[in-house]
Amino acid sequence: MTVVQDRAVSARSAPTPKPSFWTTRRRDQLTGYVFITPALIGAVAFVFLPLVLVVWYSLHEWNVLADTFTFVGSENYQKLLDDPNVPAVLRATGLFSVGLVVFNLALALLLAVLLNQKLRGTTVFRVLFFSPVVVSLLAWTIVWGFLLQDNGGINGLLNAVAIEGPNWLRSGGTAMASVVIVQVFKNVGLNMVLFLAALQGVPQELYEAARTDGAAPWTIFRRITLPLISPTILLTSIITVVGSLQVFAQISVLTQGGPGTSTTVLVYYLYQQAFQFHAFGYGATLSVLLFLIVLALTVLQWQMRKRWVFHES
Amino acid sequence: MSPKTKIFLYGLLSVLCIPFVFPTWWMITSSFKPNAEIFAPSLWPSDWTVEPWRQVFTMQPFAQQYFNSAYIAVVVTLGTLAVAAMAGYAFARIRFRGQNVLFLVVLTGLLIPSEVTIVPLFRIFNSLGLVDTHWPLILVPMLGPPSVLATFIMRQFFITLPGELEEAARMDGLGRPAIFRRIALPLARPALGAVAIFTFLHSWNLYLEPVVYISSQTKYTLPQALTQFTDAYQGQLWNVQLSAASMTAIPVLIVFVIAQRQFIEGLAHTGLKG
Repeated sequence: MTVVQDRAVSARSAPTPKPSFWTTRRRDQLTGYVFITPALIGAVAFVFLPLVLVVWYSLHEWNVLADTFTFVGSENYQKLLDDPNVPAVLRATGLFSVGLVVFNLALALLLAVLLNQKLRGTTVFRVLFFSPVVVSLLAWTIVWGFLLQDNGGINGLLNAVAIEGPNWLRSGGTAMASVVIVQVFKNVGLNMVLFLAALQGVPQELYEAARTDGAAPWTIFRRITLPLISPTILLTSIITVVGSLQVFAQISVLTQGGPGTSTTVLVYYLYQQAFQFHAFGYGATLSVLLFLIVLALTVLQWQMRKRWVFHES
Repeated sequence: MSPKTKIFLYGLLSVLCIPFVFPTWWMITSSFKPNAEIFAPSLWPSDWTVEPWRQVFTMQPFAQQYFNSAYIAVVVTLGTLAVAAMAGYAFARIRFRGQNVLFLVVLTGLLIPSEVTIVPLFRIFNSLGLVDTHWPLILVPMLGPPSVLATFIMRQFFITLPGELEEAARMDGLGRPAIFRRIALPLARPALGAVAIFTFLHSWNLYLEPVVYISSQTKYTLPQALTQFTDAYQGQLWNVQLSAASMTAIPVLIVFVIAQRQFIEGLAHTGLKG
């Protein structure tokens, strides 16, 4: 039957091939699905599924040694509310994030403004300021830990000018500040480059007009530069805050959360509970808390984008 | 600009450089100091020794650990490039049903830092018998949140490609996979470079995951190994530790100095999109 038809078709108009099911459009669609499959599997297996599971696990107690997995309802959440460490942990997390954002953005902006001057050799300085970004995180943290020892390089330097430095990483007043500073110098180069790009995007005519009107440099900076780079300020602060919530290696190497709980940030506490004390259910509950904080910050970002930022390119 | 202002600016920039450059300098020079001199505030070792550099290899299987970090970072980088380039291209240039919903599904990965999911992922890998293997360190970054960011960056790049190029290729009878491989990918080299740098450094610096998953010394990655150079009383052997840290940092720093423009622009660009 088909043979006969085929023959009839080919007899009528030989060069036209039989229209295939695989039109260009269909083939295109198939390629699309094939291309996204690995990414999609990854997103489902390593983002979505674990996110659902983390909520599910937070309602359970899992003892890895006895291999028991029991439903406990809201017990872990009650524990979260009763845990005397949680306020201290949240305080440390907030302090670290705020300290990091303020110091990081201020320094990044200062460096960017300096590098934006018409000076020879700014490329060299840009490279130097950026270099810690590519130094292995652990190497950077270890050498700072070495420098901040009681008898380390920083106190040696202070001794030379007859100042007795504190035991930076072991005293309550300076441990958090030290961790913040180590992290700021590690990554401020990234924000610096973003600010530099934003500064170079400010139209020169605006500066000239302001100067003709006799505006002082500080006024120009506050009234022209800052509003025009506000989208970048918002962006960098969000990146920096979310990044600050993920800090782990620095705490683990420099202070182990101490002294006391003064530098125990949420991720470090989560790690301690789940992987040192084997309280996996409670660890999952802390993960849910971390997720909610990140989510809230992201929503806040969208709200602020609408209201606060001067313009959006 | 008056010469005075210039001198002031150069002075200020040089002073500001100290906390950025000095630690790396201190790390490398101190690694050549004998233990007796380690806390001496000398900018240059008065008594050079390569003993700490040798001890790095006798105290731990450091060459093995170095290899572990290197091969994991290379596999993760190549894998991420493949996954992200394909998905990014499809989301940017091919029309297919459910595209927007699927893109949203993938994009949610940007919202969820990997620290949030480490507890359930540990349980999954544990039940698969993959704890204390390198699989979690390869699979999670290659397919999880960092790869999602890479996919997003690639999509943003492919969207900017002019459609006429593909039209012309189609006229020449090229199919979609061929267009992707021969037209789109070669044009995407800057974006691929940025993703490669960012992915490699991410894997090279990964710390929480190895600490959680890996327990055998021969399977350690570098960040984990660096913290383990202690004497019998858990006291830190600073010069040995700093030698190992220098060995970890110097190769990347050398590549950075050679390709600083690509590094700075690439990393700032990927950070911006994140």
